Amino acid sequence: MRVLAAMSGGVDSAVAAARAHAAGHDVTGVHLALARNPQTYRTGARGCCTLEDSRDARRAADVIGIPFYVWDMAEQFHANVVDDFVAEYAAGRTPNPCLRCNEKIKFEAVLDRAVALGFDAVVTGHHARLGADGLLRRSVDEGKDQSYVLAVLTRAQLDRAVFPLGDSTKAQVREEAAARGLAVADKPDSHDICFIADGDTKGFLQRQLGDAPGDIVDGRTGERLGSHNGAYGYTIGQRKGLDLRVPAADGRPRYVLSITPVTNTVTVGPREDLEVNEVIASKVIWHSDSTQVECDVQLRAHGEVYPATVTIEGDTLTARLETPARGVAAGQAIVAYQRSPEGDIVLGSATITAAAPLAASRA
Amino acid sequence: MLDEALAAYVAAAREVGNPSSLHAAGRHARRLVEESRERIAAALGARPSEVIFTSGGTESDNLALKGIFWARRAGSLNRSRVVASAVEHHAVMDSAEWLGSHEGAQLSWLPVDDAGRVDPAALASVVEAYADEIAVVSVQWANNEVGTIQPVAELARLAADAGIPFHTDAVQALGQVPVDFAASGAAAMTVTGHKVGGPVGVGALLLGRDVACTPLLHGGGQERDVRSGTLDTAGVAAFATAVEATVKSQAAYAVRVGALRDELVARVRAAVPDAVLNGDPGDRLPGNAHFSFPGCEGDALLLLLDAQGVCCSTGSACSAGVAQPSHVLVAMGADDDRARSSLRFTLGHTSVVEDVDALLAALPGAVERARRATAWKTPR
Repeated sequence: MRVLAAMSGGVDSAVAAARAHAAGHDVTGVHLALARNPQTYRTGARGCCTLEDSRDARRAADVIGIPFYVWDMAEQFHANVVDDFVAEYAAGRTPNPCLRCNEKIKFEAVLDRAVALGFDAVVTGHHARLGADGLLRRSVDEGKDQSYVLAVLTRAQLDRAVFPLGDSTKAQVREEAAARGLAVADKPDSHDICFIADGDTKGFLQRQLGDAPGDIVDGRTGERLGSHNGAYGYTIGQRKGLDLRVPAADGRPRYVLSITPVTNTVTVGPREDLEVNEVIASKVIWHSDSTQVECDVQLRAHGEVYPATVTIEGDTLTARLETPARGVAAGQAIVAYQRSPEGDIVLGSATITAAAPLAASRA
Repeated sequence: MLDEALAAYVAAAREVGNPSSLHAAGRHARRLVEESRERIAAALGARPSEVIFTSGGTESDNLALKGIFWARRAGSLNRSRVVASAVEHHAVMDSAEWLGSHEGAQLSWLPVDDAGRVDPAALASVVEAYADEIAVVSVQWANNEVGTIQPVAELARLAADAGIPFHTDAVQALGQVPVDFAASGAAAMTVTGHKVGGPVGVGALLLGRDVACTPLLHGGGQERDVRSGTLDTAGVAAFATAVEATVKSQAAYAVRVGALRDELVARVRAAVPDAVLNGDPGDRLPGNAHFSFPGCEGDALLLLLDAQGVCCSTGSACSAGVAQPSHVLVAMGADDDRARSSLRFTLGHTSVVEDVDALLAALPGAVERARRATAWKTPR
């Protein structure tokens, strides 16, 4: 196959490209320039948007012996990922920008251009398995598994994706990088959000959205307990940093239960009020023929899984959880997995729109 | 590197010796350096004392712009204007910009016509308007992207008549067209080794004997006190050999490669009728062909042609490697799309008609495919 390897400058994508090359594919490496001004983004070797990363990717391509180019995806990245990230927070939701980047950049803008240029597929260094059966499964390295942020991909996108690392642990990938003479073998893992250089999401949102003072109210009594400078700075399930002046009657800690952008209100309450048994989601990607399945669902990246009954009706996914989940935020993805000894299989995913205690949703 | 330049390099590199030293080894090295200086001077119409060895074109351009600027301004604070064409190499352009942002220089950019050529009348009017304020004028001999040859002698005379030092970056021109320092009337001229089959890392600034130039590098006072630093004897010897060889073969080279280039241009136009030849159709470097392919991204074309063994270039890239629209094409009046759709094919000593055949075999399919691929840019 003629494949395009997306090379971030990190160890995973370098080894993925090397493996595709070793497997006999005709591989071309591409580094995606995502920052409008590359110098302004983070300077440590942790992200995916620096001059150093571009250089590391080029160096790896040279060692592997494949052509290498830089594609400017800054406009698409800003329009589809950064602006979307800000708008989602402004709307009281909690977006996942990595998932969005896979959906709109790596497997849409890049894949479309690659196909137009005559490539058969895009290779990435994601930790997930995608075998000959076409099923997307968790990586053997459960701690590094990235199937959650890939579950948004459609059948057509998956048919043009190659994930060479799914059968390896991160430790094995690093070992192989060293054995192949790739200098990025010891490069630290990237984490946080690549376009927020200092890791301060709240500060980033404040710069983008400005101050928007509003009330913090008690979810049971409606009493005003305090104020905030912008509801976007809060996440469902958050306990710290609420700075409430009125102590709870029972003296127990309070958590963010919901964010209401229309009234700019942050609602708080006791831990048990966070519990939900039912999750509703839209923008459904569904790979199974069954529209009602018993399976596991995952409600955030690297989050725990909950046994559930998932029902698909049109573009709505409803999950009834066997045990309650806490801190379920609108905007995050719900991903359904079918347990399997060869790696849990992704059945589909959707974007969470609402979550409620079962009793309330039945009422 | 040319075989004879490599041989000269190896022969000189075997001998240890600092040309600034007084002992026998030093004397031998010095003799090699000075003979090299004389050979370069003879080949380029300069006097030996006018040859200042540097590390290459970038250093020579920086030295000419900054050094002459500082020296002229030291003579009169009023002389703080730098005049350069809008299509200079970044070594000139960024030196001028740096003088503007760090030394308070005023900058005048000379416009070019749609072929990329500076109109001498534009320089005449700048000289007339700012006669007493201009520190230095710099216009390249030939453009490195579109190959257009500038009317250097005419521009140099205009500057000289007003008593203003004129610098020309002749890096692209040397070996391609006749280059004669004295006949050009320039006060300073940049040349470099690796463009003429010499080593990378050696070049020269030809600097008229009466042109004051403040050094960038201070130290041992080598090179007329204008450029300190121990000379690379082997590099200098190889550079001189390459310059001699390239000047000697220039006329025959220009005829042969120019004809091959004309064939390439004609065949590209036949294969892709809407391709636009950028630069002057006749008065250009013999090995240069530069096209815009409407509806294509230059970097997509490059990828597709590279995959079929055809090497070509788009404009420049930023430090992260992102292709930028060429300032040369923009100065020539091209819009962003035309600038981004451009590609340069360079022919040289080793080019043969089979290379043109290979390009034409790959080009039509690549253009068609690149046109389809531009759809990816459509906003969603």
